[in-house]
Amino acid sequence: MAKTDSVKSPLIRIAKRSDMPRWKGWIIRLIAVLLALVVDGLIIFAIVKLNPVAVYKTMFAGAFGTARRSWASIREAVLLLSIGIGLAPAFKMKFWNLGAEGQILLGGIATAGCMICFGGKIPNWLLILVMALASIAAGAIWGLIPAIAKARWDTNESLFTLMLNYVAIQLTSYAVARWENPYGSNSVGIINQNSMDGWFPKLFGQTYGLNVLLAIILMVAMYAYLNYTKQGYEIAVAGESQNTARYAGINMTKVYLRTMIISGAICGFAGFTAVAGADHTISTNTAGGRGFTAIIVAWLAKFNPFVMVLISFLLAFLGNGAGEIASRYNLNDYAAQMIEGVILFFILGSEFFINYRLVLRGHEKEGAKA
Amino acid sequence: MIGLAQTPLVQMKGVSKIFGQTKANYKVDLEVYPGEILSLLGENGSGKTTLMNMLSGIYFPDEGQIFVNGREVSITSPKDAIDLHIGMIHQHFKLVDVFTAAENIALGLEESGIMLNRKAVAAKVREICDKYGFVVDPDQKVYNMSVSQKQTLEIVKVLYRGADVLILDEPTAVLTPQETDKLFAVLRNMKADGKSVIIITHKLHEVMSVSDRVAVLRKGEYIGSVNTCDTTPQELTNMMVGHQVSLNIDRPAPKDPRPRLAVSHLSVKDPAGVQVLKDVSFTVNSGEVLGIAGISGCGQKELLEAIAGLQSTESGSSVQYLEDDGTADELLGLSPRKIREKGVALSFVPEDRLGMGLVGGMNVPANMLLRSYTEGHGLFVNRKSSLKLAQDVVDQLGVVTPDVYTPVRKLSGGNVQKILVGREIAAAPSVLMTAYAVRGLDINTSYAIYDLINQQKEKGCAVIFVGEDLDVLLELCDRILVLCSGQVNGILDGPSATKEQVGLLMTNLQEKGGADNG
Repeated sequence: MAKTDSVKSPLIRIAKRSDMPRWKGWIIRLIAVLLALVVDGLIIFAIVKLNPVAVYKTMFAGAFGTARRSWASIREAVLLLSIGIGLAPAFKMKFWNLGAEGQILLGGIATAGCMICFGGKIPNWLLILVMALASIAAGAIWGLIPAIAKARWDTNESLFTLMLNYVAIQLTSYAVARWENPYGSNSVGIINQNSMDGWFPKLFGQTYGLNVLLAIILMVAMYAYLNYTKQGYEIAVAGESQNTARYAGINMTKVYLRTMIISGAICGFAGFTAVAGADHTISTNTAGGRGFTAIIVAWLAKFNPFVMVLISFLLAFLGNGAGEIASRYNLNDYAAQMIEGVILFFILGSEFFINYRLVLRGHEKEGAKA
Repeated sequence: MIGLAQTPLVQMKGVSKIFGQTKANYKVDLEVYPGEILSLLGENGSGKTTLMNMLSGIYFPDEGQIFVNGREVSITSPKDAIDLHIGMIHQHFKLVDVFTAAENIALGLEESGIMLNRKAVAAKVREICDKYGFVVDPDQKVYNMSVSQKQTLEIVKVLYRGADVLILDEPTAVLTPQETDKLFAVLRNMKADGKSVIIITHKLHEVMSVSDRVAVLRKGEYIGSVNTCDTTPQELTNMMVGHQVSLNIDRPAPKDPRPRLAVSHLSVKDPAGVQVLKDVSFTVNSGEVLGIAGISGCGQKELLEAIAGLQSTESGSSVQYLEDDGTADELLGLSPRKIREKGVALSFVPEDRLGMGLVGGMNVPANMLLRSYTEGHGLFVNRKSSLKLAQDVVDQLGVVTPDVYTPVRKLSGGNVQKILVGREIAAAPSVLMTAYAVRGLDINTSYAIYDLINQQKEKGCAVIFVGEDLDVLLELCDRILVLCSGQVNGILDGPSATKEQVGLLMTNLQEKGGADNG
């Protein structure tokens, strides 16, 4: 470039892309994951001088190395999926439900309470049914409270749902104290350990078969609900513009209440699958941050339940694999979280490159030199 | 007149800007000379604003050169533009509501230091105002200002920063005829002072009255420029559209008009308790177009929304739908859905097309469902009929879209409006309300909309047409109701009314016994 050239275009400019075919978008996302692995490898090597490839192998082995580990990852993924499905209608309506943690815990408390109170007193199928209904009701109530406040007094739902999480944690502590077993352990212990009353039965010979089946049913039902029903249409309109919803004669109060009942109910139901289908106990860690992780699941999938499957599996794999490298190489949890964070950062960042492209100086359509 | 030997103050050479697949500007050449008022004329989407945004540093050209005073420059930010003495007054004002005029002017200026020297700013503002004939109170808060005052403040702000080239993006869209005249007087003063003014507009009579030269853009390309004294509105229209267009609006005589909608004693208070409509009464007949004129924000929106069931009203208000057999149904207190279920075909094209009438992120069929999705029994939406309707609207109204599955947000303003109007007309309305139906639309689309309105009128529909362009209101409407401060300030006969009459009624509230604030 000439020295006297006083007229310079910016070094890098951002230009909006014209519509990109869908497959190209997926290739960009794939490249982002690969790049993230390379960056992660550099970080691993730079900090702890380990062979990145070996670390990745360990990570994969941690998530899918054995049948037992694979099922642990699957269990985690379908739980995230169920919560993400629960959050989808609320977020699609632009109702920022940050209260999934609390809704899961409430569902979990209801489930554990039924297991303890009715275990052995009623037939097992009836017990499971009662547990399911109780968890749905408990989650629905926990979702309904902020919706009523929003509809009535126009409160900020993010703060409201977030604060209800703390209330739910306190309620869980109280329940744990009530049901402490053995006395003095400050935990509920495994509920009905010997009778296995209220535990999910094996399905197709698999311990977590029922968890998977329930998540698939939720997935298909939510897809149909959001895309083909009148209520799903109302949610989509309300999420885009409240004024348009009013214009169309949609009763916003009704839509808020109804949608949050559904959202809370599914999150509560996810709590039921976590307690009855996996942990067989209840503690303040039953939700374990999944109520927030699932927000990533719902948003990245743009509320499409089928795409959510992919994201949930990726996150479950990252979580379980990262845990494994942390224990195997004697790293602390932060190292594992760094790897997870870099990968998520790249995936989120790839959305930018799908929508925009960068133009370097001198690379315009007609060269700058003339 | 402009001599050929003169150096242009600003010159653009072969400038292009491409967004995705859209060529917003393609190899545009434009010159502005000192001391001239240049109109930049073009239909909507012809790239006028994009071109000017490249001068004011909002966008950077994909190719081409810009010269200021004969020297090539690179404008990468609004600050660069200010340093080159180019200032732009955008369509949407960029002012801080809770600040005073002086604070807004000083905002972001480097010279002002940490402490704001209010006296110095006020003194300089006064100097500018005296020079060009503005009226600005430096201590007035922006939220207390009228639209016209805000615009004046924007102009002063730009002059304060030392602009020699002023770009105004559709400055008259929000002004009354009287305010427009004032603005033009100020622009002429600036021109006399040697400043250059570029005014973006698509109102031909304004082009003819204020500018020295007109440059025309069409579909992002530069068509040419002519001296205003050598041209006619018809020639400019042809340049702008690319073919011969008739500039007359039809006004068929109303056939068998019968009272259709009776509004009486309608009063509305906004959430803050301010009276926005006061004791409004009028009747609309079938087969006629009732125009509603008024300066912006004097109750038009609330009036239409009250009729449509979207606005709560004070007690004593009444909106009655009158059937031909004499039965009257009260509409107030009903939601839009209840009104529909009652069998009243009330169609409404609201002002905010994407924010109220349509869902921007949804495709055409999904938007067709908006008013009819509850039809049919069961849980599921019937998407077949909406797909057919979408295709009919796209075909019949000539909507330009890749296919019906494109989100309507991605379409141009005119196409968005066609989809909205198409849906509302497809409901075979007996009352059709339109708010600023042609705002921001190009000439072709505007005339297509007038035709659609006249078709509905001939079918016996009662049309309420809220407009801002007085020429259009006078040509299209059978009667014109003028609102002033939320009150009916007179109802004029369309064919005989004059612009001056309407303009006067818009700004001066007539004394009426009893119905006054006192």
